[in-house]
Amino acid sequence: MNENIIFYPILVQMAFAILLMFLWMRVEWQKWVSIIGSVLNLVVASSLFAIILREGTTSVQAGGWEAPFGISFVADALGVTMVLLTAIVGLAVSIYSGVSVNRARLKFGYFPILHLLLLGLNGAFLTGDIFNLYVWFEIIIISSFVLLTIGGEKAQLEGAVKYFTLNFLASMIFLTAIAVLYGLTGSLNMADLVAKMAAVENRTLVQVNALLFLIGFGIKSALFPLYFWLPASYHTAPSAVAAIFGGLLTKVGVYAIIRMFTLIFEVDSLIQIVLLSTAVLTFFSGAIGSLVQNNIRKIFSYLIICHIGYMIAGVGMMTQVALAGAIFYLIHDIVVKTNLFLMTGLIYKMKGTHSMRKLGDLYAEYPLLSLLFAIPLFSLVGIPPLSGFWPKLSLIEAGFDTESYWIIGAILFSSLLTLYIVVKFWSEVFWKPGEQLPNIKHFRYFRKLKKRHKWRLVAPVVFLSLISLYIGFGAESVMELSNRISDELMDPQHYIEAVLPST
Amino acid sequence: MELILALLIGVLYASGIYMMLRRSLVKLIVGIILLGNAVNLLIFLLGRITKGEPPIIPGDSDVFLQAYTDPLPQALILTAIVISFGLQSFAIVLVKRAHKMVKADDLDEMNTTDAES
Repeated sequence: MNENIIFYPILVQMAFAILLMFLWMRVEWQKWVSIIGSVLNLVVASSLFAIILREGTTSVQAGGWEAPFGISFVADALGVTMVLLTAIVGLAVSIYSGVSVNRARLKFGYFPILHLLLLGLNGAFLTGDIFNLYVWFEIIIISSFVLLTIGGEKAQLEGAVKYFTLNFLASMIFLTAIAVLYGLTGSLNMADLVAKMAAVENRTLVQVNALLFLIGFGIKSALFPLYFWLPASYHTAPSAVAAIFGGLLTKVGVYAIIRMFTLIFEVDSLIQIVLLSTAVLTFFSGAIGSLVQNNIRKIFSYLIICHIGYMIAGVGMMTQVALAGAIFYLIHDIVVKTNLFLMTGLIYKMKGTHSMRKLGDLYAEYPLLSLLFAIPLFSLVGIPPLSGFWPKLSLIEAGFDTESYWIIGAILFSSLLTLYIVVKFWSEVFWKPGEQLPNIKHFRYFRKLKKRHKWRLVAPVVFLSLISLYIGFGAESVMELSNRISDELMDPQHYIEAVLPST
Repeated sequence: MELILALLIGVLYASGIYMMLRRSLVKLIVGIILLGNAVNLLIFLLGRITKGEPPIIPGDSDVFLQAYTDPLPQALILTAIVISFGLQSFAIVLVKRAHKMVKADDLDEMNTTDAES
């Protein structure tokens, strides 16, 4: 096997981002080139996924500089799964954006930046070097700033100021943590750090370092006291942007937390209590925030926060079963959250408002689409056999194993709150007789769109719903994958051997 | 030298965070710049400071003969400086645009995103 295949997802996105920049003024071309790029990326990502699952963890040294001196790129089961999910979400969003994002925004380079964002995500999931991870994070946030502000509406700019400030602070804390890490060990290669970190005498500083990383990534993944930037900004961007942000950006933070605390730092009693209590508080603050909102996109923004808690609880319990549950939840959540934001975009196109109070009657007007929307909504709650159910089962099992019964209680209670929110959403938006909404001039209502445009809005939702259904009904294979990832994470020896073959 | 740098970094962090906590948008930018510089200096300091020993192996030897300056932190700082420069310039443009829209140099005035809609 040619190891260079690890670079291909990164290279495809980079090539298409550059190509799209050359087509700056030709918006119609950009739409199609972007879809071609995303399809190609999906092909590359799924073949990488298949190869790595067959051959095991593989690494490639950039420029031929041997680890730990050069920058390593490592593809393990977790990394390639995330790359595959990025490709799936990327494809859905790039089909959807062509119709949903308005022309003024597309003219200012929406598509090139979208592909740069996907480039950064692919890089972050495949790198094996911690400073390189920082650089990929920066690529991600710089692209996300542009996607968030493109269009320049008042709410967008205000949201962006908050989003920018807190994400910049997170990056600086992350960089501080890297500086301390380098001062302690003199290495930046994650595989090399495993042994070097364990050998450090000054354990207090190691713990401080671990907490610095946790705060940095905690801001990015919107954990309990650090999430305020998220509900202030996500609902201001176009739905397609909110979809990719809601699906992937917070999950990169979770991915980084999982990497750090399985590989470099160990989850000792202090970190465990910090992780578990933030997880519980994240459940409640997210769910309660969601309960009181009226804007449908804000409801889902708060639900993103609420469900980050499940993954953090899984990392906090740190058993094989708990990690498998967290990984399964990650897989399920990326697909469902993207789908929900695409759905809110469609509802907005149908009715011209985001206000839950004014919405209604959707089931009477669009019965088939409403049934389609039921799939992501009820997958989110986790009504068996839909996809949200299985990871929660693992997490609760892990809760019994580690005898942390309060976690089980919190998981069940937050599931109940999620169910309540979804049921409220369903009855308000779909069943309630709606208000007579004013007809907005020059607004591209869904019913006025051409048939092929309608399809390009609905197809991504169908695509992601089918994947959600597969995760739910084919839970055995997804659980097998999560168990395998979790086994690999619990025993980092594979990872180290793949990067540093001499040891 | 280390002590002076350590104190300087502490002051930069503290004033950076303090400025970011103020309500004024301009002070926010000043805070961002100070914090960015503080982090870069911290990487520099934690790479250990060795004066006048370039990391070059003498021609007649295969290994380093004495302590040498670690070149890696400097490469890291170079990358970090470029990135934070980019972010800071973006911040300045963003704040200028936001100021034009909101017509106030006060973060408390920016509450459209929290409004009911």
